[in-house]
Amino acid sequence: MSTQVAKADRRRTHYLNADFGVKSWLLTRDHKRIALLYLISVSLFFLLGGLMAVFIRLELVTPAGDFVQAGTYNRLFTMHGILMVFFFLIPSVPAVLGNFLIPLMIGAKDLAFPRINLASWYVYTIGGLFTLWAVLQGGVDTGWTFYVPFSTTYSNTYVIAVGLGIFITGFSSIMTGVNFIVTIHRMRAPGLTWFRLPLFVWAHYATSLIFILGTPVLAITILLLAAERMFHIGIFDPALGGDPVLFQHLFWFYSHPAVYIMILPTMGVMSELVTAFARKRIFGYKVMAFASVAIAILGFLVWGHHMYVSSQSPYAGMIFSVLSMLVAVPSAVKVFNWTATLYEGSVSWETPMLYALGFIGLFTIGGLTGVMLATLGIDIHVHDTYFVVAHFHYIMVGGAIMGFLGGLHFWWPKITGRLYPIFWSKFGAIVIFLGFNLTFFPQFLLGYMGMPRRYYSYPDDFQVLNVMSSAGATILGIGYLIPVIYLIWSMRYGKRASANPWGAVGLEWETHSPPPTFNFDEPPTVDHEAYEYTKRKESRVE
Amino acid sequence: MSDRFPLFPESATKLAREIDALYFTALGITAVFSLLIAVLVLYFAIRYRRRSEDEVGKPEKGGLWLEIVWSAIPLAILMGMFGWGAKIFFEARRPPSDAVAYYVTAKQWMWKFQHPDGRREINDLHVPLGQTIKLVMTSEDAIHSFFVPAFRVKMDVLPGRYTTLWFRAEKAGTFRLFCTEYCGTEHSFMRGSVVVMEPRDYEAWLGNRTLGPQRVATGEELFAQLACDTCHRSNSAAQAPILDGIFGKVEKFADGSEVLIDENYLRESILNPGAKLVEGYMAIMPTAQGRLSEEELLQLIRYLKSLGEEAPAEPETAGSSEGPAEEQGS
Repeated sequence: MSTQVAKADRRRTHYLNADFGVKSWLLTRDHKRIALLYLISVSLFFLLGGLMAVFIRLELVTPAGDFVQAGTYNRLFTMHGILMVFFFLIPSVPAVLGNFLIPLMIGAKDLAFPRINLASWYVYTIGGLFTLWAVLQGGVDTGWTFYVPFSTTYSNTYVIAVGLGIFITGFSSIMTGVNFIVTIHRMRAPGLTWFRLPLFVWAHYATSLIFILGTPVLAITILLLAAERMFHIGIFDPALGGDPVLFQHLFWFYSHPAVYIMILPTMGVMSELVTAFARKRIFGYKVMAFASVAIAILGFLVWGHHMYVSSQSPYAGMIFSVLSMLVAVPSAVKVFNWTATLYEGSVSWETPMLYALGFIGLFTIGGLTGVMLATLGIDIHVHDTYFVVAHFHYIMVGGAIMGFLGGLHFWWPKITGRLYPIFWSKFGAIVIFLGFNLTFFPQFLLGYMGMPRRYYSYPDDFQVLNVMSSAGATILGIGYLIPVIYLIWSMRYGKRASANPWGAVGLEWETHSPPPTFNFDEPPTVDHEAYEYTKRKESRVE
Repeated sequence: MSDRFPLFPESATKLAREIDALYFTALGITAVFSLLIAVLVLYFAIRYRRRSEDEVGKPEKGGLWLEIVWSAIPLAILMGMFGWGAKIFFEARRPPSDAVAYYVTAKQWMWKFQHPDGRREINDLHVPLGQTIKLVMTSEDAIHSFFVPAFRVKMDVLPGRYTTLWFRAEKAGTFRLFCTEYCGTEHSFMRGSVVVMEPRDYEAWLGNRTLGPQRVATGEELFAQLACDTCHRSNSAAQAPILDGIFGKVEKFADGSEVLIDENYLRESILNPGAKLVEGYMAIMPTAQGRLSEEELLQLIRYLKSLGEEAPAEPETAGSSEGPAEEQGS
């Protein structure tokens, strides 16, 4: 890029320099700025949650509980789970990348309800700060699952306060979900039919369905929990005729679909990355689109596989097992389709693609071990052991975070108008991949050996594997810091990015980097399928 | 343990061998598919790497039949896994008819056991080798979970109801017992062991031990204390069903339903007598709610089971375990 163009670019008004000052950010209705507000918030929560993971892994280096006390350890893993699940994994891809990209990808000026979008960030942040306040007061030690009657009767910690924080944050999910659905229905550019939508948009549509159908159940569950704790209404308390297992049903009715909130959007990211870096239309576009919706719907029917040994009837267990097997099929199909997309592609090994390839591997292992857990006989033994911990970290960390980082690296030039250093970004991706596997693979072995989860002290013969896991966590932690450093660095010193640095197709690449406040100089129209790499046209802006 | 770095748990039951077989099959499938995907992804990514800046991929080939094939193959494998897993699961949930009941009361943070002869112990459970043991378990507080890795058995232990679990150890030794349901501060110390002894040693061990740490009133004493015998004995004017030999039978109720008389039913009827009223009787029984501890409840139920045991009720008693413990009704 010549200096002249760079200078011209610098003068161009875009969403970042359209307005200045703190107020212009805190009162913005621009979906792109709100996405960045979310990026800052979720990153801070990720940092805090990660810090807690560091303490957890430090404690587990030795078999004896000697680094922190039992009560502290229980608070640490509880807060690690709550922060990571509710304040990072659930909002990360939808609220940051979804918010930024959906209007751009469908050729809209903004989301359908810009003020609700801003409100959703405020609600999220208030819920998060409230939760942090509760942590400072002493935190909560129930595990992120809040199982009764421990959480209602036996825990002396801030159960209601933390629950309220999550309750508040839930509204942010609902608002985001409604906003996405209306936007995708109503604001697509002329010619952009449903089957021309990028799969990222399909994935977010499916995710939004879970947001608006699932989150209210979580809200009701938290209210019942608080009512039980405060007024002893007896819905869960067996001494009053209640049923403690009912809580688990309610909790997992939301929290199992919530796993798909974390993974569906990253599947959308993966589809974008794989096509862009294979320069090829995705294999089986329609199947991929429907698979997203199928996963969202089936995801609501499998919650009971968390409860095979809860005293739930074995017949119920059987039904939940069959349904859980079914949900694995569209997930498997997605993996096969990504792989098939690479066949005869033009594959480039850019940093986002490294994340995508890593994702496919980790997601495959996470998914197949999920099938093992869904298998009734095996689950008896591995339920509530480290096998489960390893499995859901492969899905939620290996899947969701690799997807989030991959997406962030893919669209970073679009978001900031800057490129990041190639060497460091590839190095970071490799360190994260290796650190991740060293952290979580030994936990599968620990789990089958019988080490229960949520133990802060364990028998001596589990130590070697635990030390490996803790060593991996150190590498993983350093791996996460690498992108933080160079991405922040790149915002000021990175090379300026062109409108379409990867040579990708998609409406978001047909506007400036960074985009103007209303996204496009002139409203785009669409006359081709998604990912038409064969009839590639030059982007209209530079 | 001498081996500081084992990679596989020991196995001491038939169930353990069955679960291991299924596990290794699943592991094999996982390994094959993971490797297949990894190899293909890497091979394609290298074989078709971009050679020039404006190169694009070739349009897709294959299409629908490929999608159908690679949906159908996983589906078939998954259904096989499901069927195999379900078979083992049902076996694991249904105690064989020769099972002998031991009672387990979990509380923060210990395991309290009671042997069929009434002897009690804490955290260590001694059982005879080769005997099918059925555990009838309840909790005094939070939810706990009974897990013996070497037996590959696990079952949650809940307050307010009885869950059951069974095993038949195939080798003598001391096996780890963990609580796997997070239950509070000392969760990771809620450990114990199951000591499997040769039957002779077990008899000797039983003979050598005095009754458990604190004495709990026997079921017979409680039955008298609560004045149950005023109505439930044959010399009364039949105000209540006679309980001799009732355990394991299917009883008809006032609302027309039929319920198997098992531990959960007895528990419910002691605590909430009106819930399922036997046909022909009035709801006049007072509740024992708040008057009995979990352990006293167990003593009382043990006593009720023993009533009429001289009668050939044994096969039916065992039959009771067919019903999953949670089917408690309302």
